[in-house]
Amino acid sequence: MAGKTVTRAQLSEAVYQEVGLSRNESAQLVESVLSEIRDSLVRGDTVKISSFGSFSVRQKGGRIGRNPKTGEGVPIAPRRVLVFRPSHVLKEEVNETLSGAMGG
Amino acid sequence: MIKSELIARLAERNPHLFQRDVERIVTTIFDEITAALCRGDRVELRGFGAFSVKRRPARVGRNPRTGEAVQVAEKHVPFFKTGKELRERLNAEPQEDTGG
Repeated sequence: MAGKTVTRAQLSEAVYQEVGLSRNESAQLVESVLSEIRDSLVRGDTVKISSFGSFSVRQKGGRIGRNPKTGEGVPIAPRRVLVFRPSHVLKEEVNETLSGAMGG
Repeated sequence: MIKSELIARLAERNPHLFQRDVERIVTTIFDEITAALCRGDRVELRGFGAFSVKRRPARVGRNPRTGEAVQVAEKHVPFFKTGKELRERLNAEPQEDTGG
């Protein structure tokens, strides 16, 4: 698989190219988008982005885990985890371009 | 929160921008992430999480009804791993039982 990594910098650049705000403001807006999503999730809200996917928070119960090296039981506290479910559109787009182009 | 609500909240906090521009900002971000995943690239957003693509190799599956063997083709699926900071924040603040 191609091994490039996209970061905030490229997202800001795309916003800059597409919307025509300053580079600085584009970067700030990318940050605001991420932080609105984050705040919503921390409040326990689900975030649904149509044709992309949904982020939801799931409560996990406590359990006894195991240290695989020593076999020792380690308590795992109840916690909240974030789950991302890609939409059908995203799944299909990714699978069609990658499985199609790279052969099976 | 759905996409239109996200746009509305951002527009409220940035009264100097047209709603149409806020819409384009949000759309551009998700389009850019989608495009990266379609190239097989990884998208790493520190403090938020990382999107990547996982390859599921071809396998012989089974029709659960008939028990018949079926060839399942190789698949590529989008994957998200929560960032450390967000994971910690999810568990740091007092938890509500209901969202919204």
